[in-house]
Amino acid sequence: MTIPVRPETDRKIDELLTVYPMKGSALLPALYLVQEEKGHLSEESMEYVASKIGLSAAFVAGVVSFYTMFHRKPVGRHHIQVCRTLPCALSGSDDLMAHLKGRLGIVDGETRSDGAYSLVSVECLGACDRAPFIQINDEEHGPVDPAKMDEILKRLEPR
Amino acid sequence: MAFEPVLTRNIHRPDSGTIEGYLAAGGYQGLRRALKEFSPGQLVEEVKNSGLRGRGGAGFPTGMKWGFLPKTRDKPRYLCVNADESEPGTFKDRLLIEKDPHLVLEGIILSAYAIESSLAFFYIRGEFHEGYRIFQKAVQEARAKGFLGTNILGSGFSLDIIIYRGAGAYICGEETALLESLEGKRGYPRIKPPFPAIVGLYGCPTIINNVETLANVTLIAERGAAWYASIGRPPKNTGPKLFCLSGHVKRPGVFEAPLGVPFLELLNEHAGGMQHSDRPLKAAVPGGSSMKILPASKCDVLMDFDALAAAGTSLGSAGGIVMDTSTCMVTALLNVARFYAHESCGQCTPCREGTGWFVKILSRLERGDGRPEDVGLLTGIASNIEGNTVCPFGEAIAWPVESYVRVFREEFEEHAKRKACPMKTTAVR
Repeated sequence: MTIPVRPETDRKIDELLTVYPMKGSALLPALYLVQEEKGHLSEESMEYVASKIGLSAAFVAGVVSFYTMFHRKPVGRHHIQVCRTLPCALSGSDDLMAHLKGRLGIVDGETRSDGAYSLVSVECLGACDRAPFIQINDEEHGPVDPAKMDEILKRLEPR
Repeated sequence: MAFEPVLTRNIHRPDSGTIEGYLAAGGYQGLRRALKEFSPGQLVEEVKNSGLRGRGGAGFPTGMKWGFLPKTRDKPRYLCVNADESEPGTFKDRLLIEKDPHLVLEGIILSAYAIESSLAFFYIRGEFHEGYRIFQKAVQEARAKGFLGTNILGSGFSLDIIIYRGAGAYICGEETALLESLEGKRGYPRIKPPFPAIVGLYGCPTIINNVETLANVTLIAERGAAWYASIGRPPKNTGPKLFCLSGHVKRPGVFEAPLGVPFLELLNEHAGGMQHSDRPLKAAVPGGSSMKILPASKCDVLMDFDALAAAGTSLGSAGGIVMDTSTCMVTALLNVARFYAHESCGQCTPCREGTGWFVKILSRLERGDGRPEDVGLLTGIASNIEGNTVCPFGEAIAWPVESYVRVFREEFEEHAKRKACPMKTTAVR
């Protein structure tokens, strides 16, 4: 098969295969590497990772679908995750979510057609002292009220 | 005697988190001392004598857990650090990892020495991007200074550490699910026995300890078991503890206090009291969302393993969630149920199906489509889940359902009777 990733990603996966006492452990880190490059994990990418580690593509797809941080479809350049679990809910995360839907014109779980934003409510992010708490890609923000959210959005896509 | 914060002693230093700052504050002295003065077996004894109980949720005595390793040495032994902090209301391990990673790392090195393991895994929750970067740097710093690697401080003991990122799954905080995930699989908990101390990671003897537990090992090595055992409520609830408070409080945060601190002291002094002066306390969960709820009238409790067990709940992860009188308990429980329905791994039928049922029933109660028999149905399903699943996730949802309904039964019945929510809700639908 053709290699669907950049040569340095392929090399990094080869290195991962030597790190763990059993090479199966390389799966999650390898998926992260491919997702970092590609933005999401396509069937082709999963088949590629499976063949690198010596697993079936079905096994890899099963692992990918188990974990919320692996994306099977493209997400936005700014992937906004809004925590909705109890402490955030007690602090107004539903208002924040409603505000974001209105501002971005997309629903929970959707990626905007221009590819700039995706919006998803997620379960507890472990930052309940900063509720309501959100993550945008790997950046953390909290507490975030609608006014603060507008400031953040302005910074992300100034126009 | 005034309590001296020790787990959080470095977090306010401007150089907190760097190895220079940690060394300047006396860091790695416990490791130096232990490698010189203790054999591995003696260090296990020291930890046993301290009375340290696991800070992840179950409160199992750490030294005793270590003692379950087989005496035979035909396989490698592994130490796995559970840094997959995910219990709603809990953010204390995050604080340690981000603000004082070397306190944790020193505890890892000490614990690996005690259990005679030369390879440790640090399984960190995938969403903790900042913690991952910080801990990676800490490991590099420690390696450069000779606290990790071959022949640590000339002791003959060698240790390497692998940082492994989770990828978004609450269940991987359950120790056997964590092992599965670390092996590159779906995080399905394993049936116990065999316990991980006998058959763990890659089929080898494995000890899994929580981040805060390991930070405590550093303190024990530094100051001794007798000092440690004098803190808190000896003999069974010893040592300092990190308590999280969130929800309707003025100053949510992580607070260090001795085990056995009164809940009301945490709430009123540490967290500044209730958020709104006109909305008094209605209920609180002392130990993360999976523990049983206490009504305000029963919140005059001491925060430790045994006092909370006597009060009919548990210390759990010490993630206290505070709710004021504006909170609708049906909505709050719906939120909790939705969390567990989302996070159930799906392996056991009672949990997979039961959590979905909870969401359905609670949604219709809240919406105004509830039926009078729904309230009993909730507790019936909870009792069918409890004790009937591979892992304690079943209890983690059965306990809140059983306790919310028991304590606030009238409010649940009112929803069914009126066919409407009688409250102004603050929690999400």
